Amino acid sequence: MAKVTAKDLVEHFDFEVLAGHEGVYRAITTSDISRPGIEMAGYFTYYPAKRLQLLGRTELSFYQQLNDEEKQERMEKLCTYDTPGIIISRDLTAPDELINNANKVGVPLMRADVTTTRLSSQITTFLETKLAKSTAMHGVLMDIYGIGVLLTGASGVGKSETALDLVRRGHRLVADDSVEIRQEQGNTLVGRAPDLIQHLLEIRGLGIIDVMTLFGAGAVRPFKRIALTINLELWDDKKAYDRLGIEEVTVKIIDSEIPRLTIPVRPGRNLAVIVEVAAMNFRLKRMGINTAQEFSDRLTGVIEEGDKEDF
Amino acid sequence: MKEKTFNITNDTGIHARPATQLVNKAGQFSSDITLEYNGKSVNLKSIMGVMSLGVGKGAEVTIKADGSDEDEAMNAIEEVVKEGLGE
Repeated sequence: MAKVTAKDLVEHFDFEVLAGHEGVYRAITTSDISRPGIEMAGYFTYYPAKRLQLLGRTELSFYQQLNDEEKQERMEKLCTYDTPGIIISRDLTAPDELINNANKVGVPLMRADVTTTRLSSQITTFLETKLAKSTAMHGVLMDIYGIGVLLTGASGVGKSETALDLVRRGHRLVADDSVEIRQEQGNTLVGRAPDLIQHLLEIRGLGIIDVMTLFGAGAVRPFKRIALTINLELWDDKKAYDRLGIEEVTVKIIDSEIPRLTIPVRPGRNLAVIVEVAAMNFRLKRMGINTAQEFSDRLTGVIEEGDKEDF
Repeated sequence: MKEKTFNITNDTGIHARPATQLVNKAGQFSSDITLEYNGKSVNLKSIMGVMSLGVGKGAEVTIKADGSDEDEAMNAIEEVVKEGLGE
């Protein structure tokens, strides 16, 4: 899993580090943020120490009302060895007790100038993106009529050639050969190309071509949500391929189930057209028109009708 | 499954030409062969995948082969790497 530390936050948001410099490499393991208001009041039973702690005006003004002994005790408990960092919003002044304890335990104490709620949502978004589960897959990711289609299959089966044909037909290339996939909120999978090979396509016999320079900016996309995977495989006479399209097979990528089609490859089969139609048909299904199912129902109707006439 | 770790000694790391050497060699075998670097794993039969890693000189990479001809594949790849990836 990706690792995020307070240092990443400091660099990304340009926070000021007030104390606990040695702790900036502590790992942040959750995107949840805690606002330790009730802890300031002395209730530490369920203190979520592993979360980032966010101190705003409410927490700090309440803290100012405490006596010296309480102040010391609360801050000691707030700065644990598990705490990945404490952030003060609105450019408020950090209490001395907090600075001392942060330095003692090595909890990075940071300060930002924005308001607490905004800061909280900014940090959550940042952490969720950074902490999202990710993987890399061998395949080609295309945007076909707005559907993110991941073409998979063994090396040399013709994924890149199909992609080139699809680009010629006006569809967009996201990534060739190696797709970086991230699972974002709500279990959606977003694929993108590794920076080094963005917009590039490798075609046997031609070498590496730049799709954006050749076909224009409209032929590429930086990232796309994956909705469908199509597996290309060499035609096997012994294997039974889907003839009706009623059943939906899925494949698991990270934690999400993605519908998968298997298309057999044989010389003379125009794969780009098949893939294009597969994407369109998938879209149709999502809009509630399932041709295979409708046909099956009609067939059932005719058979039942026939039965009645016989008797 | 076979697994081996290699040190890349080429001055240019796994640049375009060395990558071609590796990928062409790997493509001769039917086993699934992957290259791992920096926590990322790619198919060694895919040139774009290999080059997307940007492996530099002195880097340590792990190659895994899995399949019916994994032994031959691993030996052949080892030879290519030891010869300095054709440079």
